[in-house]
Amino acid sequence: MRPDPVAAPRIAPSVLDLIGSTPLVELRRLSPKPSVRLYAKLEGQNPTGSIKDRVAKAMIDAAEASGELEPGRRLLEPTSGNTGIALALVARLRGYPLTCVLPANVTEERRRLLRLYGAEIVESPAEEGSNGAVRLALELAAHDPSFYMPFQYGNEANPRAHYEGTGAEIATALDRVDVLVAGLGTGGTLMGAGARLRESFPDLVVAAAEPMPGDEVMGLRSLADGYVPPILDVAKLDRKLLVTNAESVAGVRLLLEREGIFGGVSSGGVVHAALRLAAELDEGAVVCILADGGWKYLSAGFWETDDVEREMGRSVWW
Amino acid sequence: MTRVRIPPMLRAEVGGAREVEAHGETVGEVIEDLVGRYPALRAQLYRDGDLGEFVNVYLGGEDVRTLEGLDTPVRDGSTLILLPAMAGGSPGVGRHEA
Repeated sequence: MRPDPVAAPRIAPSVLDLIGSTPLVELRRLSPKPSVRLYAKLEGQNPTGSIKDRVAKAMIDAAEASGELEPGRRLLEPTSGNTGIALALVARLRGYPLTCVLPANVTEERRRLLRLYGAEIVESPAEEGSNGAVRLALELAAHDPSFYMPFQYGNEANPRAHYEGTGAEIATALDRVDVLVAGLGTGGTLMGAGARLRESFPDLVVAAAEPMPGDEVMGLRSLADGYVPPILDVAKLDRKLLVTNAESVAGVRLLLEREGIFGGVSSGGVVHAALRLAAELDEGAVVCILADGGWKYLSAGFWETDDVEREMGRSVWW
Repeated sequence: MTRVRIPPMLRAEVGGAREVEAHGETVGEVIEDLVGRYPALRAQLYRDGDLGEFVNVYLGGEDVRTLEGLDTPVRDGSTLILLPAMAGGSPGVGRHEA
C-alpha cells in the first residue's frame, strides 16, 4: 500500500516571505468555561521569533515604495528588542546598514543577537528607559540626513501591517470574535488588528494589556516627559488593563504548564488580562495575540526567584 | 478613603511619599482632594481642565480613560495608581548587568 500523498511543501523564495500567516491555536485548558473559547495567535512563529517581523518588513517596503529609502542610506531605530532584531533581518537582506539606539541596561543576550544580525548599537541612558532611546534616536536622525528612521511609534505602516495581516488572518480563521487582547507597546497591533476585526465583528472589545513600570525605569523628571506614540489613539481602545511583572510571569508559567506554549513576558501579561476579561463573559470568543516566545528571556533572572517584582522592577519588559 | 500611588517624579511634591490617602466619590474628586492638599501637583496632572496627555490614572488596574474618565465612581478602599505614559515596544530592556 502506498503512503498517503502529502501536499507539496511550499517553497518560499526568501525568509521574508515566511513572515505572517502565523498559527492560531485554541487554549481549551485555560478557558474558564466551555462557553467561552480562548484562542492564541502565535506570533513567535515568525522568522526572527516575534510579531515585529511584520512591522519591520511593512515599514521597509513602504519606505522603498515611496522612494524615501534608497540604496546608500542607513537605517536608525530606537529599540532594544524585537523590532531591532526584525529590522536587522530585513536590513541585511535588503542591503542597508542598521543602527539601533537602545538603553544602556539592555541584556547582553539582546546585544549579541543584534550584532550577529549585523546591527550597530548606540546607547541611551539606562534610567530614561525606552523614552530615552526614542529621544536620542530622534536627535541623531535630525542631525544626520543619511539616516532613515522607520520609527515604529509614528509609522502608519506599523498598524497597517496588522490591519492587512494579523487582523485579516484572524477574521478569516474565526466566525466569531468578541474580545481581542494584545500587549500595548507602540499601539500598532491594537490599532491595526482592532480596526480590521471591528469591520467583521462590530461589537468587538479591543483590550490592551499594559505593563506596570517599576520605579527604576521611570527616570523622567516630570510627567511632561511622558510619551504617547503618535499611531496610538487611546480612544479606540475599549479596555486598558495594567499588568504587573509578577502577573505577567504567572501568565507565562500558566500558558506553559496548561497549554505547552512558551510565551514571552508580554504574552504572559496578555493571557493574564484575557483571563480577567473572559471571566466577565457568559459566552464568546477571546483572541490573544502572543507577540513572541520565551526564548529571548531565558537569561533573565525572574524564572527561579521568589520575588519577581524585585527582580524585574528595574526593567520594562515590553 | 482611597489610596493613591505616586510615581517617582511626583514624590517631591507630596513630601517623598510613595502612597498618599485621598477622599472622593469619583476619580475627579479624589484627584481634586489630592491637589487641594498638594497644590504643586495641579500643574503636573491637568491640562486645560482635563487629565494631561501624559498622565495615566488607573482604578482597579484599569485606565480610567476606558472607564468613565474623571467621572468614574470610586469605591471606598480602592487604589488609584498615577503613572506617566511610557513608550513601549522595547521588550527586553534588561536589569543592570555586570
